[in-house]
Amino acid sequence: MTVSAPPDSLATMQPPPAAAHDQPKAPERDAGNVLLSLEHIFLAFGGVQALNDVTFDVREHEVRAIIGPNGAGKSSMLNVINGVYRPQRGTITYRGRQWHGVDPHTAAASGIARTFQNIALFKGMSVLDNIMTGRNLKMKASFVEQAIWFGRARREELANRLKVEEIIDFLEIQHIRRTPVGRLPYGLQKRVELARALAAEPTLLLLDEPMAGMNVEEKQDMCRFILDVNEQYGTTIVLIEHDMSVVMDISDRVVVLDYGRKIGDGVPAAIRENKAVIDAYLGVAH
Amino acid sequence: MAERIDTFPRLMLHHAHVRPDHPATREKDLGIWQTWSWRDVAGEVRAIACGLAAEGFGRGMHLAIVGDNRPRLYWAMIAAQALGGVPVPMYQDAPAAEFVFVLNDAEIDYALVEDQEQVDKLLEAQPQVPTLRHVYYDDPRGLRNYDGVTSFDQLVERGRAYDRAHPGFFDEQVALGRAEDVSGMLYTSGTTGKPKGVRQTHAAFIAAAKGSAEFDRLKPSDSVLSYLPMAWVGDHLFSFAQWLYVGFTINCPESGDTVMTDLREIGPTYYFAPPRVFENLLTQVMIRMEDAGAIKRWLFGHFTDVARRCGTRILDGGKVPAGDRLQYALGNLLVYGPLRNVLGMSRIRVAYTAGAAIGPDLFRFYRSIGINLKQLYGSTETCAYVCLQPDRGVQFDTVGEAAPGVELAIADDGEVLVRGPMLLKEYYKRPDATAESIDAQGYFHTGDAGFVDPGGQLKIIDRAKDVGKLANGAMFAPNYIENKLKFFPHIKEAVAFGAGRDRVCAFINIDVGSVGNWAERRGIAYSGYTDLAAKPEVYELIRRCVEQVNEALAAEPGLAPSQVRRFLILHKELDPDDDELTRTRKVRRGFIAEKYAVLIDALYAGRAVQHIETLVKFEDGRSGLVAADLRIEDAKAQDVAMEAAA
Repeated sequence: MTVSAPPDSLATMQPPPAAAHDQPKAPERDAGNVLLSLEHIFLAFGGVQALNDVTFDVREHEVRAIIGPNGAGKSSMLNVINGVYRPQRGTITYRGRQWHGVDPHTAAASGIARTFQNIALFKGMSVLDNIMTGRNLKMKASFVEQAIWFGRARREELANRLKVEEIIDFLEIQHIRRTPVGRLPYGLQKRVELARALAAEPTLLLLDEPMAGMNVEEKQDMCRFILDVNEQYGTTIVLIEHDMSVVMDISDRVVVLDYGRKIGDGVPAAIRENKAVIDAYLGVAH
Repeated sequence: MAERIDTFPRLMLHHAHVRPDHPATREKDLGIWQTWSWRDVAGEVRAIACGLAAEGFGRGMHLAIVGDNRPRLYWAMIAAQALGGVPVPMYQDAPAAEFVFVLNDAEIDYALVEDQEQVDKLLEAQPQVPTLRHVYYDDPRGLRNYDGVTSFDQLVERGRAYDRAHPGFFDEQVALGRAEDVSGMLYTSGTTGKPKGVRQTHAAFIAAAKGSAEFDRLKPSDSVLSYLPMAWVGDHLFSFAQWLYVGFTINCPESGDTVMTDLREIGPTYYFAPPRVFENLLTQVMIRMEDAGAIKRWLFGHFTDVARRCGTRILDGGKVPAGDRLQYALGNLLVYGPLRNVLGMSRIRVAYTAGAAIGPDLFRFYRSIGINLKQLYGSTETCAYVCLQPDRGVQFDTVGEAAPGVELAIADDGEVLVRGPMLLKEYYKRPDATAESIDAQGYFHTGDAGFVDPGGQLKIIDRAKDVGKLANGAMFAPNYIENKLKFFPHIKEAVAFGAGRDRVCAFINIDVGSVGNWAERRGIAYSGYTDLAAKPEVYELIRRCVEQVNEALAAEPGLAPSQVRRFLILHKELDPDDDELTRTRKVRRGFIAEKYAVLIDALYAGRAVQHIETLVKFEDGRSGLVAADLRIEDAKAQDVAMEAAA
């Protein structure tokens, strides 16, 4: 089994350049109802306005990209979604219910998983154990049962291990199952982090720069895995990415932030043409 | 019943009857070894066969099999045979463009492939292959939105329905099979020209399986790891024909990357690998020993010396002094046993290597630590082997004696000829090639030059057509020289030139793992293959290897003129994707000579530097240019004049 994606896969996903300019193409996958909507989000740290009246939504089963120059507020946005930061104003509606002061634990329990810009794995633990930690919320056995690995704890571990093995198979990391994460190259560590997020069987997956620091081949692999996750598990994905060709290739809709404000929102082809976005990236005086 | 067990489907049914609960196939899936007994396999094959029949597959048709070693692909081969069809396994790592030739040549209309990667390649090839209409895939991942391809599960489901509607169908079809039917078509690697489809009958392959199984006393309790390309005749013999003849267990690894771990977990009793696998294993061990503590290094060094001194003789049952025996027993406890365990070779009774020449040191190392590694010789046209080494007659420079039932002869020009029940029926659609290779007496012309040594074992020198003459009339056997070079762990590939010339020159490919490690330990920084290959220190290292080869050549009768006078280290690795090697990693001499003509000119013109630009294909299908200024160095040769005078 070769790990690399078939060479033509990326090429075929790319809309023909001419067509893309003429008519913005609608997303190919059927995006469903609104899964998450953020309305008029304000987030400030002291005098710094990290997010300033940002409104957008995420539909079921879509790949939604958040882009923007450094310091635009992209990571803050993810942190607002999964409850790490609490916005001063604005409403968040997730699966039709309004969230007030949700914390990361509740967010995770409601089906939101994420990966981090800087890898946050347990370096000394094996790949398998790291991914198993992603199943933490699914384990109900008591501390005592787990300590003596009896009854419910045993059954749960077997069931959870099966799920984890499916993910290992899915992301093609069988060969490093027993390897301590700290010994792995960067690209594989990123993949393990994705595996751990998937282990929580999320409805909504937040990926913070999943391809940062990767070489071309690793990026291709990661693109393929993200699309496969989206297709196979129907997971809704919100991702932050700097590589524009990746964003344009794999996302259904893109939201653009600059200095905490939303300056663009739409399908990739439309974003490519958006004057404000081009200015933000090329650096026009504000 | 005994005389009716003469086709592979009947062999399978026989095992399902005699040993229904014995494990036939294992596959590591989701981290656990899944097992199918012979009874299970018979059930699966029945369903696949009926499914294929429901889809219109039948007698005389060809079923392409493309993928890594997966149980379902092996079963599908039996299913195709049960219907009187012919399975055509293809090299799974070939790009779509190479698929086109074989698919067209074999007129494939049905194909069963492993996964999305292979489906994509087939679909890419399809516009140029008008016959290809039915594609089935095993692993459904990523294929949900594909049109016009069918999943394996659907195929099996249709098969079960068909079986219910036509209960006697499968058994009737199996009963229709005859031993002289074609059981499989394997393509030659195409060292010269386009690949040819070699058609083998049930009778031939069963004869081959029987001969070798009896030679090595294989038993149903044996276990093999099936990890070599299914399109290769070696795998077809070891993981298919012998599997069905003997009824042992084949184990399919989890993925290509996990083979080493899976090997340890399974602990096969019978093992087959080309020399490069053994070489990689040993290189890994050596690299890890370099990092071990002083005591461990000393222990390893001391006991490998002991093993070198007496290990192979102990394995061969020869006379060994009691002191050495004691030392060896201690070494077995402290070093050899644990090492065999790490290599996954603790339970090996018989191991074979073939496909290329194996270095004497490498070969002796494995034998000295108690692994019964042997060599065999053969080709796709002879069902993988014609010569085998008997347990107590193992030498590194011969390939064994004629196997049971094989007649061996040497033609006047030195070409090895063989006759026996395991010869090919024909090349597909190539009566000219068939007539050329099989003469009126029924001898198959192997195309290899060799001789039988006084001990009755065959020794292969080179491909007959490669053996040429230097300008002064001395014999020039390029393969022989290249193999001597490749026995050094630092040299991965070598190409020698000299036919019709006044001296021998060579291209070298360094082994980036081994030389890279060597460079690292000396603090030599490098960025990649091209950079490393151009380092003066590396040239010096390789020059010493070349000069050692020259010393060895000078010592052999008639080969002193073949010493390598000048060499260069290529700026890129020779690669099957660039057509420089075959898929089985044999050098395509003519193609290389053409592609790098400037370099050859520079070698013979005595230039010290030559600029070259080469188009390379990357693994993702894109291509790019690699440019370099290659240095050319002289190597010291032993004095030939003295020998000529003597």
